[in-house]
Amino acid sequence: MYETLWPDVEKLLATVQKPARYIGGELGAVAPTHLPGNVAWLLIYPDTYEIGLPNQGLQILYEILNERHDALAERAYAPWVDMEAAMRDAGVPLFSLENHLPARSFDVLAFNLSAELVYTNVLNLIDLAGVPLHTLERTLEDPLVLAGGHCAFNPEPLAEFVDAFVLGDGEEVVAELTEVLARSKTESEEGGDRHDLLATLASLDGVYVPSLYRPVYDSSRLVRIEPLDPNAPETVEKRTISDLALWPYPRNQLIPLTEVVHDRLNVEVFRGCTRGCRFCQAGMVTRPVRERPFDQVGEMTRLGLDRSGYDEVALTSLSTADFSGIQDLVRDVVEDPRNDGQVSVSLPSLRVDAFTVETAAQIQRVKRTGLTFAPEGGTWRMRKVINKLITEEDLYKAVDAAFSQGWRRVKLYFLIGLPTERDEDVLGIAELGKRCVEIGRRYQRSVTVVASVGGFVPKAQTPFQWFGQDSVEELQRKVTLLRNAGSGVKGFNIRWHDPEATVVEGLVSRGDRRIGAVIERVWRAGGIFQEWSERFDLSKWQDALARESLSFEEVAYRDRDENEALPWDHISAGLHRDFLWSQWQDALAETSLEDCRWTPCYDCGACTGYGLEHVVASALPPAGGSQGTGQDLSSGQRVPVDLISRPSR
Amino acid sequence: MSEVDSSKRTERRPAEAIRSPRLRLRYSKLGKVRFTSHRDVARIWERALRRSGIRVAWSSGFSPHPLLAFGLALPTGCESLGEYVDVRLERTPEELFDGIDSAHPGGIAGRSSRVDPGDDLISPGPQGLRELLRGLSAFLPDGIDVQAAALCADGTGSLQEEVTSCSWEMEVREVSEEQLAERVDRLLGASRVFVTRERKGIERFDDIRPQVLDLLCSTGPGVYAGSSSSPRARLFVETATRPRGLRPMELIKGLGDDLVLSRACRTNQWIDRLGTRSEPLDAASVAPVPLATRTKECVS
Repeated sequence: MYETLWPDVEKLLATVQKPARYIGGELGAVAPTHLPGNVAWLLIYPDTYEIGLPNQGLQILYEILNERHDALAERAYAPWVDMEAAMRDAGVPLFSLENHLPARSFDVLAFNLSAELVYTNVLNLIDLAGVPLHTLERTLEDPLVLAGGHCAFNPEPLAEFVDAFVLGDGEEVVAELTEVLARSKTESEEGGDRHDLLATLASLDGVYVPSLYRPVYDSSRLVRIEPLDPNAPETVEKRTISDLALWPYPRNQLIPLTEVVHDRLNVEVFRGCTRGCRFCQAGMVTRPVRERPFDQVGEMTRLGLDRSGYDEVALTSLSTADFSGIQDLVRDVVEDPRNDGQVSVSLPSLRVDAFTVETAAQIQRVKRTGLTFAPEGGTWRMRKVINKLITEEDLYKAVDAAFSQGWRRVKLYFLIGLPTERDEDVLGIAELGKRCVEIGRRYQRSVTVVASVGGFVPKAQTPFQWFGQDSVEELQRKVTLLRNAGSGVKGFNIRWHDPEATVVEGLVSRGDRRIGAVIERVWRAGGIFQEWSERFDLSKWQDALARESLSFEEVAYRDRDENEALPWDHISAGLHRDFLWSQWQDALAETSLEDCRWTPCYDCGACTGYGLEHVVASALPPAGGSQGTGQDLSSGQRVPVDLISRPSR
Repeated sequence: MSEVDSSKRTERRPAEAIRSPRLRLRYSKLGKVRFTSHRDVARIWERALRRSGIRVAWSSGFSPHPLLAFGLALPTGCESLGEYVDVRLERTPEELFDGIDSAHPGGIAGRSSRVDPGDDLISPGPQGLRELLRGLSAFLPDGIDVQAAALCADGTGSLQEEVTSCSWEMEVREVSEEQLAERVDRLLGASRVFVTRERKGIERFDDIRPQVLDLLCSTGPGVYAGSSSSPRARLFVETATRPRGLRPMELIKGLGDDLVLSRACRTNQWIDRLGTRSEPLDAASVAPVPLATRTKECVS
């Protein structure tokens, strides 16, 4: 039996920064008892505690597993470099935060993959756990290494390191995985077989076991990925929970003892998005829209505030202003006498229109510091290409509303390096920004408009998965172009993401199985925490690529044609390949697509393929502007389509 | 839901205007939670008070915040049996009790599953306040427990202004009892003891000797007596808080670079008034800390 490592960990904490990262003890955390028959999960977020703790996906699974009688779950995060050095020095392996048990004492190490740049951390943590790095080197004595999250929609770069990937919503499939593993634990006492276990896992819906598939290459290009086992399906389909109402999690959100990002109550109001922004992987892979019932959101908010003591609740989703009844919801929270005017509501994804600002005004009565909008593209042409249909009128009305109602700072999110982008589209960002400053000056003497500019990374399972990403040099040229155009305007600031990190993200997001060796080399060269700008090192990636005879040109910068095999062709988020291709062609032709919540189904595959429906409470689009759909929804009239209304519960 | 007048919510009653009562609380910080920072503890208190239903007065202005005032920061990693926070209440204790009652039907004490500090730890005061404080530890993390509380008399100074010295107990590694006693004698015998220390990111070379008011090496009773496998000598120190505080690590440096501090606990904070030493909460309201309190974290 394993014993707690706490006495050893405690000795190290006097010497490291932010020791509270390693103590656990959050409100809502449990310290489960490890019983021999139970399947013990270690849920790992491969970044620091303060980034990983708020992750809602991990917290949902943590609760669901700990409610089961045959499972238990603890958590681990990536120790910062000082702690890792101290741990390796003292021979302390990766440990859980609840009981401070060694990672090897768990049956499952389950990684959350939210971003590509954490992949080297995943390798580092497997190693720090004392588990063989590659799936082929592991035995039944080793924990099973699982991974899920949006990045799993192109699992190939981590195929050699992860035993099984879980695609889509995890709420139901963790139960099925637990049952398989519980049986396997019993059988392994009588001498089980690891291959049998992996084959059984592969037969579960939504589970991809990469070692049961073989990539086939023709000279230097991938031709196909073929299953090697009768249990391994040709295509692995994602899991989708059809009714969010059945999953009111997290009920006991973890309230940390120390500072973390997004330190507030989070209530998920819906999952999925139908706006159809072509660059957005989250919007594509989480379809269809599934709203949480209005009353349940209210209840989760009330209970969550009561038990946490938070003074802020975030209503989370990919576009919260689209939630049916959002105005009533916000009013209910803000005006709840129990909250005594001390609770603020945040909508992490503001839609760009004056209507949304009205809602924001209702929320932020006191601290009107900054509002953020995401037009993404600098010109109307560009926004049609990416299908983010915000008119200039929408934006200016929103900005006008914000400044006239007392906000002092407006932040605008943009992407550069988008398909078909011309210099005028990049310069359009500066034009929009300057115009917003002018609008602000009508109301206030000193205003700030910040344009936050990210480099576009094409992602799997999106219409832009065929697009050749801009090179580092091209992105840098565009940044310089934009900075020159925006300089000298008082109150207008431009911030940009490092193009070098952007292209590495692109390398990993669309790489095939061969990128695994590159990731391993970068890790062996000490390249961890690559998502932290002070630790990111392009030269490590360049060296590794050269040694593996691969290049940015081949993997990231190259357009794919319709017939080329993609590394994730055997992975499905429900979206038909021909739908994505037609969207790609429409993008090139600057043709937009309407939001299917308000128009007849165009059969992207997400609903029809899985026999699902959008679940929304209101068949009426909320009033106000085009709401970024390019449609005339201003009348608030019934839309020409039958929407499935949630039956009243 | 009925309409609520919005002006009532945004314009809180300024604390000064109603001479809102100030509640002084004494609490511990023991075990794993000692690795949280001073700022973390402030945040923990804000949330705990909100959860308990105790209505804290807020500052007015552009960025309103709850009016909590902590004393001298406890260095991250150190334990304490004597931390203090002053809480400005939004209401008089009587009003406060009414508010709690409606927020927690059945009484706040009913939700407590934790150590009950008992009536003798809390100064005589309105019944409602006593009820409420009894349950407060339940809203705080393991290792932080309310030990005593009292409403401050008019004219009571702030903790920052008033506290003049602190008592510490420290456990040291890599040294024998005899060696430690010798180092102590040497430090006490010196007129100046210079150490390099950091303040706000700047390295300074300071004489710490004036801040060491009392220093004793002993194997006698204390917080850490019997806490390790072999009984070892511990340091009992009283340090001055002015002109600036002395951190345990800095004192250990002053005793010798080869010593390793394994644990430190602030046992008391003192206010010296014309040569008479007292604690920020009157002795009457402070009872000896029951041993059970400090072992809670270890037991679980």
